[in-house]
Amino acid sequence: MTLAALTLHAASDTLRRRECSSVELTEAVLARIAASDENIRAYLTVDRQGARDQARQADKLLSENKSDSPLLGVPLALKDNFLTRGLKTTCASKILGDFVPPYDATTVAKLRNAGAVIVGKTNLDEFAMGSSAENSAFHPTRNPWDGARVPGGSSGGSAAAVAADECIAALGTDTGGSIRQPAACCGIVGLKPSYGRVSRYGIIAFASSMDQVGPMTKDVRDSALLLEAIAGHDPADATSVQRPVPKYSEALTGGVKGLRLGVPREYFVAGMAPEVEQAVRRAIAELEKQGARIEDISLPHTSYAVAVYYIIATAEASSNLARYDGMRYGHRAEAADLNDTYMLSREEGFGAEVKRRIMLGTYALSAGYYEAYYLKAQRVRALIKRDFDQAFASCDAIVTPTMPTTAFKIGEKTQDPLQMYLSDIYTISVNLAGLPAISLPCGFDKAGLPIGLQIIGKPFDEATILRVAYAYEQATECHTMKPEDRG
Amino acid sequence: MNYEPVIGLEVHAQLLTDSKIFCGCSTRFGAEPNANTCPVCIGLPGVLPVLNRKVVEFALRAGLATHCEITRASRLARKNYFYPDLPKGYQISQYELPICEHGYIDIEVSGATKRVRLTRIHMEEDAGKNIHDQHGDSSLVDLNRAGVPLLEIVSEPDLRSADEAVSYLKTLRAIVQFLGVCDGNMEEGSFRCDANVSVRPAGSDRLGTKIEIKNLNSFKAIEKAIAFEIERQSDVLSGGGQLVQETRLWDEHREETRSMRSKESAHDYRYFPDPDLLPLVINADWIAEVRAGLPELPAARKARFMQGYQLPAYEAELLTSRKDIADYFEEAVTAHANAKAVANWIVGDLFRVLKEQKLDEEFYIDRWPVAAERLGELVRLIDQGKISGKIAKTVFAEMLSSGKSPQQIVSDKGLEQVSDRSSIEIEIDRVLAANGKQVEQYKSGNDKIFGYLVGQVMKATGGKANPQTVNNLLRAKLQ
Ligand SMILES: [Zn+2]
Repeated sequence: MTLAALTLHAASDTLRRRECSSVELTEAVLARIAASDENIRAYLTVDRQGARDQARQADKLLSENKSDSPLLGVPLALKDNFLTRGLKTTCASKILGDFVPPYDATTVAKLRNAGAVIVGKTNLDEFAMGSSAENSAFHPTRNPWDGARVPGGSSGGSAAAVAADECIAALGTDTGGSIRQPAACCGIVGLKPSYGRVSRYGIIAFASSMDQVGPMTKDVRDSALLLEAIAGHDPADATSVQRPVPKYSEALTGGVKGLRLGVPREYFVAGMAPEVEQAVRRAIAELEKQGARIEDISLPHTSYAVAVYYIIATAEASSNLARYDGMRYGHRAEAADLNDTYMLSREEGFGAEVKRRIMLGTYALSAGYYEAYYLKAQRVRALIKRDFDQAFASCDAIVTPTMPTTAFKIGEKTQDPLQMYLSDIYTISVNLAGLPAISLPCGFDKAGLPIGLQIIGKPFDEATILRVAYAYEQATECHTMKPEDRG
Repeated sequence: MNYEPVIGLEVHAQLLTDSKIFCGCSTRFGAEPNANTCPVCIGLPGVLPVLNRKVVEFALRAGLATHCEITRASRLARKNYFYPDLPKGYQISQYELPICEHGYIDIEVSGATKRVRLTRIHMEEDAGKNIHDQHGDSSLVDLNRAGVPLLEIVSEPDLRSADEAVSYLKTLRAIVQFLGVCDGNMEEGSFRCDANVSVRPAGSDRLGTKIEIKNLNSFKAIEKAIAFEIERQSDVLSGGGQLVQETRLWDEHREETRSMRSKESAHDYRYFPDPDLLPLVINADWIAEVRAGLPELPAARKARFMQGYQLPAYEAELLTSRKDIADYFEEAVTAHANAKAVANWIVGDLFRVLKEQKLDEEFYIDRWPVAAERLGELVRLIDQGKISGKIAKTVFAEMLSSGKSPQQIVSDKGLEQVSDRSSIEIEIDRVLAANGKQVEQYKSGNDKIFGYLVGQVMKATGGKANPQTVNNLLRAKLQ
């Protein structure tokens, strides 16, 4: 096994035991990128020089034994909507094609302070809008398990990079499932924390009331470690909460005995792939075997979630993306007057999906439609949230599939946006309600493609879903499978 | 037909906070272009706003001082539109649920008190500034002002004349100045106003077509623009014409309002609650704390000046029309406790000079060469009989031009009043000797000659003789 295949905790242990240096580990990851990224295309930017410099610094700190950070010297990747000071940040959009930010996102600053090595910026659907990583202005990313298939989106680049060992772990963002869905497609672990748990400062906003940063890792322990490093109140983000951050990595053990796990009947419906259903049912049975009590629950407003999501998310996005006007940074078109400059810059700078969503959102907020769409969507959102509150009165966590299918083929759904929107059907409610949820591998379909299991937690109860996920992971082998091992 | 104007005002008051509303940048006026900026206030990708607590406190102060209801859970909203000086493509403001609603202020209109209702007071961020015509065909943008906190104070259409509008604005300006939330400087744009003016047939209770006038940056402009608009609208209507709802600009030079492109008034701002900022929850303790800390307001101060210093209503009103003047008065009185005389000097001489030099609106008391203490000193010199009231006028003029202390001027120029009987007697004797004919006339019963003779003695002493002493001695001599 190469060094690049290590999990974060194993890499950290290896560095601490001086069995390898951060420079060696980083070189192994860079070599892996050089070998496989030509096919997978997970990265938009690889910062070889920067990574080597950071690795050397990490080795110095390691030799001085001064830091006990588990991230020290570990090569990580960031979705390209995290602002990185001095390192190009494009959000996979032409409109930010040459944008070099003057500051670091709070989460990036936390990683740097913890001594992590940032190897590069990963591909995504433009402005994080999409479920396939095909909507990038630069190139689509391929699924490491099957190059003809998508890695899922929008954090598809990060998911593919982790699955292909092109980094030790990565960060993504999740607005409607953008961490969990590609994690499921790529057979890795993806955690969306509670809204407010992790700072959004320095993340290029898509839909402010739902965006959240989270870890994408090779196993559950890694997710706990990475979440510990990035969670916590940030005075620069008014929506981040002032709550103590538990030691997630120490709360993994203990099993599921006595835990009540809800299974929502609305999540097992026609349209989901039978193999996905079977795998998830098997996973639920495994948890029951370990002593969990399985409760049949109802989340009656589930069917409205996709519609509500696309009104609120597009409304917020239409406003969040107004700043890309070609005036102060990014792409500016040459035009005769101010109005034409705005219009042409945006016309040339944004891709089709982004334009579609800006138009939808603008419409939903416009005079005469605001009450019928935006306000009504907010009211239904409150009902969806209430469904979860009621469910959590009788259970400690909720278990569902992450996606209705496994990864689809590249190009298969690009002509039908509505079909594409339905791939997030199981993840979207969680964002509307601001809850934490984790996706982890729970099997493979006949084609050998990974299937994801989603565990949804009470607000700010990341510890419980990590514990359930860890218990399941320890009992199974899925997470140890590599794309190369197939067939 | 007779037309009645209906006027409502929207005032933007720039708050005197040290930092901007959503970031830590300085709000100092006059810095190098774009010096007071950071990623947050220039709207770089990824930035988030964090509300400045002081702005909320100032809004609460203004709301409580104007009898508003405080909204316990208000919201900040986005007002979406494109403009080069608007870095995020939206302005953070308040829409539904502003922080203060349903207040009022009382104004004085020709001796009577009138109550003007306030619709709302809300918080918002200022935009930047576009600078045109300096680099050929390009425009420059200065974002120093972007994110500077403003209060927008909106009145009900309760005003019925240009005079009432000006009186309302002066009263409102005094209130925000007394509260310490805004410096009220119209010249630098920290207190600016848009007026909504319509006219309707006198006696009607329907509202006419509303015209918004922008660009009003002095009391004079406001007065003239409203008067112009009342006349224009009345003329259109009495000529059988129709008015269209529009925004008009006040043209200072031509002294007229003119239409802005109608395109600019047809905006759909697509307001919605800003998802980056949670609802602003204001608890009762905070309100109580701010209320307890409210300073004395103009109305209360006026009452105290009338009670405590025994000033007439007129003087008390003028002195409390501005906080700096009221402070100046009290400081002068501390230096010398003759409130009536100090008030007369301020209301008379200080205001006269302001008017003569056309400083009414751009005046700052801290740039005034006569410090309050010095004015007190001047009055003291009069009260002590050291100079006459007449000489005091000369001394005051000299204080204005040189900034020297009155005592200094009096000694330098030898202006002390002469009360010493023997030296006055010498002058009287000289005058009597030189005016034999007039003395005869007086003695034969022409009483008016007495005044002439007093004048001659005063002239001979260079105005320095104590007039009372001169009077007494002259009467005795002529007996
Ligand atoms: Zn700033």
